[in-house]
Amino acid sequence: MPGAEFGAEVRSHDGTGVIDLRGEINLGADQALLAAYEQAVGDDPRTVVLNFAGVDYINSTGIALIVGLLARARKEHRTVRAFGLSEHYRQIFAITRLSDFMGIYADEDSAVSATVST
Amino acid sequence: MTTIPSNLRRVLRREPRVRPTTEPVAAPPERVETPPVEIAPNDPLVAYFSGATGAVDIGALQLDSPALDGLREAGIKLVVPLVSQGELIGLLNLGPRRSEQEYSADDRKLLNDLAGHAAPAVRVAQLVREQEAEVRQRERIEQELRVAQLIQQQFLPHELPDLPGWQVAAYYGPAREVGGDFYDFIKLPDGQIGIVVGDVTDKGVPAALVMATTHSILRAEAPRLVAPSQVLTRANELLVDEMPAHMFVTCLYAVLDPSSGRLRYANAGHNVPYVSTEAGVTELRATGMPLGLLPGMDYEEKEATLALGDTVLLHSDGLAEAHNGEREMFGFPRVATLTGEASDGEVLIDRLLKELQEFTGPGVDQEDDITLVTLGRRAAGAAVPAATAERQLAAFVVPSAPGNERLAIDQVAEAVAGLGLAGPRLERLKTAVGEATMNAIEHGNNNRPELPVEVVVAADDHDVKVRITDQGGERSIPEVETPDLEAKLAGLQTPRGWGLFLIQNMVDRLETTVNQHHHTIELVMHLKEVPDARS
Repeated sequence: MPGAEFGAEVRSHDGTGVIDLRGEINLGADQALLAAYEQAVGDDPRTVVLNFAGVDYINSTGIALIVGLLARARKEHRTVRAFGLSEHYRQIFAITRLSDFMGIYADEDSAVSATVST
Repeated sequence: MTTIPSNLRRVLRREPRVRPTTEPVAAPPERVETPPVEIAPNDPLVAYFSGATGAVDIGALQLDSPALDGLREAGIKLVVPLVSQGELIGLLNLGPRRSEQEYSADDRKLLNDLAGHAAPAVRVAQLVREQEAEVRQRERIEQELRVAQLIQQQFLPHELPDLPGWQVAAYYGPAREVGGDFYDFIKLPDGQIGIVVGDVTDKGVPAALVMATTHSILRAEAPRLVAPSQVLTRANELLVDEMPAHMFVTCLYAVLDPSSGRLRYANAGHNVPYVSTEAGVTELRATGMPLGLLPGMDYEEKEATLALGDTVLLHSDGLAEAHNGEREMFGFPRVATLTGEASDGEVLIDRLLKELQEFTGPGVDQEDDITLVTLGRRAAGAAVPAATAERQLAAFVVPSAPGNERLAIDQVAEAVAGLGLAGPRLERLKTAVGEATMNAIEHGNNNRPELPVEVVVAADDHDVKVRITDQGGERSIPEVETPDLEAKLAGLQTPRGWGLFLIQNMVDRLETTVNQHHHTIELVMHLKEVPDARS
């Protein structure tokens, strides 16, 4: 069944690049996710925040894409934070230990304003 | 022959005449309606119009055609066939010109142009209407299917009787278009137990309702009458008046005295049960007409005594009458042979289903419900703990194309909807189903759409089980390893490789089996969370 197609929009919030993700994060999200990341780091921010509120499905390929994005951010010495994850995907981020390397926050304000480096 | 779709056969109207442009514009022409003219698909006029290249003068036509007479009677002078992609889809009918002059060459050209433009638009409208009707029909069928399943499952036993010294096992697998199978265990006086296996002719909601009625009648009458022949006689009398036309119920009813092994039985046209004994396989034959066909029927009652080690198989015809791709039947002799080979009832049921799957081949829809009940006498004290009956909730296939795991997720979610699986556990099961299906599509079937991924959803009182089978039997099953996230983040490993690890962490138990052709992963989720089972 064709699910909701992946999309990503980038905006700035207090100098932090916020990527609003929506639809399904699967193999098809590869290019759009990469492009959104490129755009978000255009002004060389220290932190990139991923908004998962509009995401309804992440499969293992989607996890791999997020791992790839995180790997790149670490190489560039950027911090990645996330908010808007459903309880189920919070659990998956915990099981995969993604949340050890990416701060998970309850909402956008706390993700953007967090001072503790993750 | 080209035929006019039935929904257009009535769109035959007398249109306002075509006004020559030179005529002064007066009051708008009066619209004259004539009754629609029916044209039979085999009327020679249809073939004539299909081949016509433009407007046709009805007066000049010479054909032995009832429709032509009808058109003339309706006052039609000129007909412009609407043809789209070589198919006649309608007619534009015109009466005489008001000026009483003949239609001019300009008139005809205008009409032919109009027909050329209108025909594709009319065809599109027809297709849209047909498609909408199809969608409505499909939705109605799906809804009926769900209702039938709901009724059916309501009346199947949720647990098997616990009889010391006896092993009881049961399997019920509905066909997609739910048939009318049912089985039941009824407590009787003096520790006896009634065993019912039945099958209602027809499918869907009507069959489910008759099944529910039969179930209730047997439950009410069995404890009172006990004797199998009397119970069936009474059930037949009550059902004859209630039974919709062309429907009836076949039913085997047996009464077991667990202490002596005495089994009394009567049969209303149902499959003959097989008994595996030390001396070989025997049949439990007794004659009787199906229930609900004719009033005043008598049912022969017979009895057998089951010895230690004997196993009885009661079965509906969904098993023996299943067909393979060559339209060969699985067959009763095969069921009898397999009954004789199995060591106990549970093994027998597993073996029968496995043999059936091998026989029908992958991706074949089950034709009819399958119900199997076994009853085995074991040494006293060697009572097998009462197992709970496994019910099949859904069986379907998805083609091996990327993204189709969502199909599997949605259908599994729908199948388990009535089980009361708590939200987070349902989400975990869905993720596991998605990942296992993805693996089957990608690694098992190499993304070849013609290879099906087979999904079976079943449940007993404790667990829901989802079995996902691909056609890549020869590949080995990789060990589940915890991915090394540090290495992946450092770019030392591929970021991929999460599927199996995720599956294992989502469900309560994970089992895989491989044979020469197939690879099956079974996902087991407890219906209720067991404390400490998982963090």
